[in-house]
Amino acid sequence: MTATVPAPAARRVFGVLGKKAVVPWLFLAPGLLLALVFKFWPMAKGIWLSFFDVRPFLGDQWIGLDNYTRVLADHRFQDAIGHTLVLGLGQSLGAILLGFALALLLEGQARSLKILRTAVFLPAVTATAVVGELWRLMYYPTSDGLLNSGLHLLGLGPVQFLDNPDIALYSTMAMGIWIWAPYNMVILLAGLAGVDRSLYEAAAMDGVSLWQRLRYITLPAIRPALMIVLTLATIRGLRVFTEVYVLTGGGPAGSTDVWMTRAYTLGFTRNDIGGASAASVVLLCVTLLLTVMVNYLRKRGEAR
Amino acid sequence: MSAPVIDPVRPTAPDTPAGRSTKAQRTTPARFDTALGWNDKPSLAWALRILLCLIALAVFAAPFLTIFSGAFTPNPSGSSLSFLPHDSTLLNFKVAGERGIWDYLGNSLVIAGGGLLLQLVVCTLAAYALARHRFRGQALIMMLFMMTLMLPEEVIAIPLSLVLGDVPVVHLDLKGTVWGVILPLGAWGFSVMMLTEFMRDIPTEIEEAARLDGVGELRMLWQVVLPLCKPALGVAGVLGFIMIWDQYLLPLIAAKDPTDYTVTVALSILRTDPEVGSGVVLAGAVIALIPSLIVYLLLQRSLVTGIAAGATKG
Repeated sequence: MTATVPAPAARRVFGVLGKKAVVPWLFLAPGLLLALVFKFWPMAKGIWLSFFDVRPFLGDQWIGLDNYTRVLADHRFQDAIGHTLVLGLGQSLGAILLGFALALLLEGQARSLKILRTAVFLPAVTATAVVGELWRLMYYPTSDGLLNSGLHLLGLGPVQFLDNPDIALYSTMAMGIWIWAPYNMVILLAGLAGVDRSLYEAAAMDGVSLWQRLRYITLPAIRPALMIVLTLATIRGLRVFTEVYVLTGGGPAGSTDVWMTRAYTLGFTRNDIGGASAASVVLLCVTLLLTVMVNYLRKRGEAR
Repeated sequence: MSAPVIDPVRPTAPDTPAGRSTKAQRTTPARFDTALGWNDKPSLAWALRILLCLIALAVFAAPFLTIFSGAFTPNPSGSSLSFLPHDSTLLNFKVAGERGIWDYLGNSLVIAGGGLLLQLVVCTLAAYALARHRFRGQALIMMLFMMTLMLPEEVIAIPLSLVLGDVPVVHLDLKGTVWGVILPLGAWGFSVMMLTEFMRDIPTEIEEAARLDGVGELRMLWQVVLPLCKPALGVAGVLGFIMIWDQYLLPLIAAKDPTDYTVTVALSILRTDPEVGSGVVLAGAVIALIPSLIVYLLLQRSLVTGIAAGATKG
């Protein structure tokens, strides 16, 4: 790139004079402005407000870490941590395993497989709100509901998928897996496509079993893709909101309340902006920490 | 672009098969093509695969048929729901229309169109600067855009709703306008990153030649760089559309009253309306589903490439 630049001296001079140096900033300006106003400013404001008792018309009052202690001591938030972890982990692992299975099943060049992949990928491109309505319907609680009528055939009673506090979280998890498994499938298929075919051939000559082939050829080769899927899923799992909000709204009896639905309720229903900001900042810190940690581990894994 | 493609060109069956496996290879060259060594020949594994494919289809695609059949069924509930409608009717759509579903769809389309246009322009401009110029603080700017990706939008939702009500410096109230949804969507780190990567791969010779002809920066971007970026713009466009159409929290917090909702958010209004049945909700769901379905089916190649590429770089 450097070699083809004519008259580097001229460019350097212009750079110093500023005419040339201004150009990239003009191109960057709209993006930076929008990111600043609608991403970074709200983030800063959120951190700032988390230390205040936010009272509209009365003026905000500095209360230090009170919002944090209040939120962290709130048993509904403590419950929400558990739900978030169970939902996040279960949903991530389920979607990865199922996505991997789908990728293995639907790998190939045949036209019929391409059509199948197109159809299976549908959940991932459908708006979450639409998916939520669809699953509400499938979870219809009476015995003539879509899933319940299937269970009825097996001789099982109608399950209150969304109304039973013991089950609702797992019902939400099933929907999450259904949304994200096809998405993971696409990433893992890209990983599978990169596996060296001659290895499969060599393995066949050495007479290795299918399991060994998967374990020692496929898995190591798609490890990067797998790591990416895992990273994305973990972080996504922690901040899960829309899926829960459209399916259960956090109910019944708070049994599916996750961290973000809790914060949302606090902020918009109770108007406790300070508390909601503190909850958001906690999630932000955990997410950032996790992102940095996973990236570090990934870098170290690659370096090895 | 170095992006992995979902339908990669694979080497054809090797034509110099060694010794013992000659026979096996001639009859089943495809078995080295997949991780599980799927075979085209009718066999037990083949039958099992077809069965599993049918199950996958039933689990992941068939539920969409119930949305459609339910939307065209007079009063669906429970057992009357099936994969095909019994006696089809447009009544549900008529009722949904009376509840303003077309207005919501209008909101959605304006937001999707405007948001996507703004997003593409803003991200292309930024990517051009990052890819084709060298300047002080480049790494920092790159990191800033990367951070917008790592910043969960759910986390900034609460302060963002305050900012939308009173934009700093200019003190505008964007709530209740489409701008409240469109503007926050403008700078999308993913598009910036992907377009930057793509533009970097364009040979500098082309640009240098144009520069010698005295082509200015904007014309350079518009007439030289952009035509070479069409595949990447396609990916940014599809993924951007799907991402915008999926927005839930943002239209919710940017709305002043329910008439500002997008069609996806408005589904909850239909659902909680005691006077309408689930058929009307499903009619709304169909209306919310169709635009993304059209975009997906027309441009799925770009979409799939983008997801795979974005993830591998992420």
